[in-house]
Amino acid sequence: MTESPSSTNQFMNGDIACAEGALAAGCRLFAGYPITPSTEIAEHLARRLPDVGGVFVQMEDELASMAAVLGGSWGGARAMTATSGPGFSLMQENIGWGMFTETPCVVVDIQRGSPSTGLPTLTSQSDVMQAKWGSHGDYEPVAYAPASPQEMFDLTIRAFNVADRLRQPVFIMSDETVGHMTELVRVAAPGSVPREGRPRPAEPPGDGYLPFRAGADLVPPMVHAGEGYRIHITGLTHTDNGYPSNSAAVHDTLVRRLSAKVLQHAPDLVAVEHLATEDAEVVVVAYGGTSRSARLAVRNARESGIRCGMLRLIGLWPFPSEEIAALGRRANLLVAEGNLGQMAREVERFTDRPVRRVNHGGGHLLLPEVILDAIKEAV
Amino acid sequence: MSEIVSASHPVDSLLRADRLPHIWCPGCGLGSITATYMGALQDSGLPMDKSVVVSGIGCTGRVAGYVDLDSFHTTHGRAIPFATGVKLGNPELQVTVISGDGDLFAIGGNHFLHAARRNLDLLVVCVNNFNYAMTGGQAGPTTPRQAVTSTTPRGATDQPFNLQQLATSLGVSYSARWTALHLRQLRDTFTRAIGLHGFRFVEVLSPCPVGFGKDNGLGEGLDEMEFYRSQGVVDRRITPAMASVEMSRTSPLPLGVFADPDDAGTEWPGSTRITNGGVPS
Repeated sequence: MTESPSSTNQFMNGDIACAEGALAAGCRLFAGYPITPSTEIAEHLARRLPDVGGVFVQMEDELASMAAVLGGSWGGARAMTATSGPGFSLMQENIGWGMFTETPCVVVDIQRGSPSTGLPTLTSQSDVMQAKWGSHGDYEPVAYAPASPQEMFDLTIRAFNVADRLRQPVFIMSDETVGHMTELVRVAAPGSVPREGRPRPAEPPGDGYLPFRAGADLVPPMVHAGEGYRIHITGLTHTDNGYPSNSAAVHDTLVRRLSAKVLQHAPDLVAVEHLATEDAEVVVVAYGGTSRSARLAVRNARESGIRCGMLRLIGLWPFPSEEIAALGRRANLLVAEGNLGQMAREVERFTDRPVRRVNHGGGHLLLPEVILDAIKEAV
Repeated sequence: MSEIVSASHPVDSLLRADRLPHIWCPGCGLGSITATYMGALQDSGLPMDKSVVVSGIGCTGRVAGYVDLDSFHTTHGRAIPFATGVKLGNPELQVTVISGDGDLFAIGGNHFLHAARRNLDLLVVCVNNFNYAMTGGQAGPTTPRQAVTSTTPRGATDQPFNLQQLATSLGVSYSARWTALHLRQLRDTFTRAIGLHGFRFVEVLSPCPVGFGKDNGLGEGLDEMEFYRSQGVVDRRITPAMASVEMSRTSPLPLGVFADPDDAGTEWPGSTRITNGGVPS
């Protein structure tokens, strides 16, 4: 009896799981610069990519890394970089170029204590608003916050698929806690991972293809360099044919389409986990590493008779506003996060009730007992 | 009086003619340089569909928008790393970066160093006009000392890069300097550079009468072309370290090929003083 390749269970940390997820997704170009606590992703892909016909390139800085990822994507490769806060800051201008030119790619941020050089080896979640607003101008990002090595694997694959489907950079906003945590990961068998490719044009070269003309789903079909279409791609405001335009009307139309493209697909992009929220009087909103503390705090609260639950944000952007609004109508919301209230402010926008906050500025995970105390105060 | 009327230009087929006229100023060398590059690319016989031009930001950054190739107008300073990604994403592509002195050697300077060290198959063309022209004539990394620009109203004080010295010090496989006047030599250089492997560098001096020339005694574009003619020197005894560009009427303007794979281990041959528009006599 011949067995088809099956998934395997392996112990690995979140960074390695992210790298393995990228490989499973068909990533064939990684361009990066070493930075704690993301470096294991680069190291692992430096070992693994050549075995699968891919390329690892260590660039001279994060500006170059992001630029190379964008170039690689237009060359036809699924491309990724990984970094932490300081590098994520340096990538922002090119991330904006990727948003504006609709260039699919994946950017992983393993967050550490910040601002500035901060706490290189210690955890935080203080870049989540940077994922939303980091580059200048209006755009709607897509970002996921894995809470386990398994999710590092799974959501990295998902990020590649969403990036291709929407034609834009997608973020994995992880944190040092999850990046350096080792757990069992079910690694999907090679070839068994669902792959959503980039939308492709029906027209052959020379037959009227326009690189920024979108249909009803607002995502224009994409071609690559070398396919004969002779495309021009610019970070200037551009018309459907890719040519620069100085028109306010063209600009307004383009910026609105780029935002609408993501928001229109929001129902497919929003990802949350409900934990005992059905009858909850208090709902903890948490994500990433902090959600693991929150899970224990919620369990302990339940054991002591408090009707408490958790809404875990698996996707940060687009923001799950409808889920927050629904819970906010019937429960007190408590946002637990490894920053001084970045997502709490977003939660406040979708409920009329006061939103409680429990925060840590970075350096260690919010402890379960701290969240539990906050839950008790919120009842 | 006769009138020259033509429905098309000889290089129309190589350009995005629907984007013409271009945005460059009268007297600028970029049009000639762009046409010369495209002519050399056509001569090379390489498939145009597999050739890519990547530019950064600035006047030269707009070259990508006019060539009828897959072309990318990227962020300021990042044309080289973007091109690195294109090449790694699809190694079949012939990838050329065409950008300006400020883009490639100030904001993007570090990428040049590391791309040379990486030695991928990339051709980098720097159109050097000694200033930030798109923003109206500020000092840049190649602005000669004493030159007056809008940000050096009392004269530039910083030492300019000698790009040939810089490139050859990095061990690039090919490095040459011509001007917007020396278009036949430039075409030969492009043909040579396109046919080689590894990291290759071509510097082309270009008049910028609006941003630089008129404030620095170089006059209009045509006057600067005359300057290139009168001061241009091809002398293989001039080492890259000696090949600084003063842009003064009392200094020679060192031109030519400063590194070529065929030169390895050979003596520099004798000199040729160019006095007839750049054609060795």
